Amino acid sequence: MTKTQLLKVENAGIRFGGLKAVSEVNIELNQGELVGLIGPNGAGKTTFFNLLTGVYVPTEGTISLDGEKLNGFAPYKITKKGISRTFQNIRLFSELSVLDNVKVAYHSQAKHSILSSIFRLPPHFSGEKEMEEKAIEFLKIFKLETVMHEKAKNLPYGQQRRLEIARALAANPKLLLLDEPAAGMNPQETEELMNLISLIRERFDLTILLIEHDMLLVMGVCERIYVLDHGQLIANGTPEQIRNNPKVIEAYLGEEVS
Amino acid sequence: MNIVKKAKGFWTSIGLAVVLSVVLQFLINGGTLNPFYVNTLYTICINIILAASLHLIIGITGQFSIGHAGFLAVGAYASAIVTMKLGLPFPVALIGGGAAAALAGLVIGIPTLRLRGDYLAIATLGFGEIMRIVFLNIDYVGGASGMTVSHLITWPWLIACVLITIIVIVNFTNSTHGRACISIRENEIAADAMGINTTFYKVIAFAIGAFFAGVAGALHAHNFYIIQPTNFSFLKSFDILILVVIGGLGSMSGAVIAAILLTIISAFLSSYPEVRMVIYSLVLIVMMLFRPQGLLGTREITSFFKVGKSAKGGVQHDKNTVA
Repeated sequence: MTKTQLLKVENAGIRFGGLKAVSEVNIELNQGELVGLIGPNGAGKTTFFNLLTGVYVPTEGTISLDGEKLNGFAPYKITKKGISRTFQNIRLFSELSVLDNVKVAYHSQAKHSILSSIFRLPPHFSGEKEMEEKAIEFLKIFKLETVMHEKAKNLPYGQQRRLEIARALAANPKLLLLDEPAAGMNPQETEELMNLISLIRERFDLTILLIEHDMLLVMGVCERIYVLDHGQLIANGTPEQIRNNPKVIEAYLGEEVS
Repeated sequence: MNIVKKAKGFWTSIGLAVVLSVVLQFLINGGTLNPFYVNTLYTICINIILAASLHLIIGITGQFSIGHAGFLAVGAYASAIVTMKLGLPFPVALIGGGAAAALAGLVIGIPTLRLRGDYLAIATLGFGEIMRIVFLNIDYVGGASGMTVSHLITWPWLIACVLITIIVIVNFTNSTHGRACISIRENEIAADAMGINTTFYKVIAFAIGAFFAGVAGALHAHNFYIIQPTNFSFLKSFDILILVVIGGLGSMSGAVIAAILLTIISAFLSSYPEVRMVIYSLVLIVMMLFRPQGLLGTREITSFFKVGKSAKGGVQHDKNTVA
């Protein structure tokens, strides 16, 4: 089976004034891969995610998805092109119900116009009904259908994380970016999360790039790992290679005193 | 079938509103209501439209705009020009006032809605003041002495405007487009990441809100015989803002109820001019102390009738529960 390339990042970087937050990052992701992105605190991992999703515009280099250049597109357009994400600090629509959170992600696929909604024309009803059915279907996969009328903010932490992943997936991405999905979870929740990630990957034919500090999770599920330190890529390879890479050990633990 | 069922509650409320307005029409015609009450009733209706339109901008989309009197002024002056200078009929003035305000909303919204929070508030406040100064300096509309407008307003027109405003805003809110606006209020970055064109929806909500504020302006102008720039100062903007905040940010029925209550309170206090503002302010302070989330919080009045039917607002939280 030949692997098709999905995401290609060439020499991407961003400066904030004189500070180079991320520079000369080269990453290639193939269709269907599950890749980890690790690095010490402040290495620029989330900044890199923000570059991919259009929150920041790269000051150098190019980012392309399926051969199409993404630089300079607004975040909502990049989402429509197929990159969706979760956030390190949960950003749910807390006053909305669980169901409505997922429906919002379906919005860009909605077919009914504002006028048809205001005048309650037939397209409004069929469109809303279709959305609702799809959203409920989706929540069942994530075992959230029992709480779908709860407000998102009233869910326990683990379920909020799951809802965030569900919402990101509802936007119908080709590439899913997970920013520390296991942060703040207990070992059992982390285990469930690992199963969930493998499940959705098979079910939705996804490519996943994941930032994580939980090495057990990263080493456990990722096929390849990129390591970022001080805004630069210092290593990439299989979990085994990364574990024994002296540069990585140095970045995490510091240099050996001789 | 399903559509009929869904629309049932909607048509019942419209039916009730129409019956109520017909009854009020008879009361007005029969002279049961004295002119003071009639005038209060008219002011209530205008305030409902204003509160509902600002509710869409602040309560639903979360854009803290405090220049609403600016749109009211644009609508009032535009409609007055349509009837008094151009001699066109009143319905044209209503639409003209709304359209002019919506246009103003677009023009001001596209640059300023990039701003967030306090900055947007200051920019919209500035817009409201600019509008007032502009009308103050245009001799065509009478400058500081204002413009006399004939009293063309009638109860059917007024209540029709109120109903249309509420229906349009409620229908917009309860759709995927309204949810897009709420998602911007809840978390703009996440909304953007979920594929919502946040600028578009902010501008649309702003324009719809401005349109109805303009309609309210047209009604206002043709009710009070005269419009002057001083009627549209930032204090007017705050009056409207108070209605929305007291009603509960995010609650349409709350905004409507607040508009009714506060207008009545303010009308009855007008017999005691020396203590009027003191009592009015005290009401607001007490309200904010004991119910900071507003009369209804983010709930709608309908959710009170649906308890146990797992309605959207069925499970309620307190401000005290962990966020």
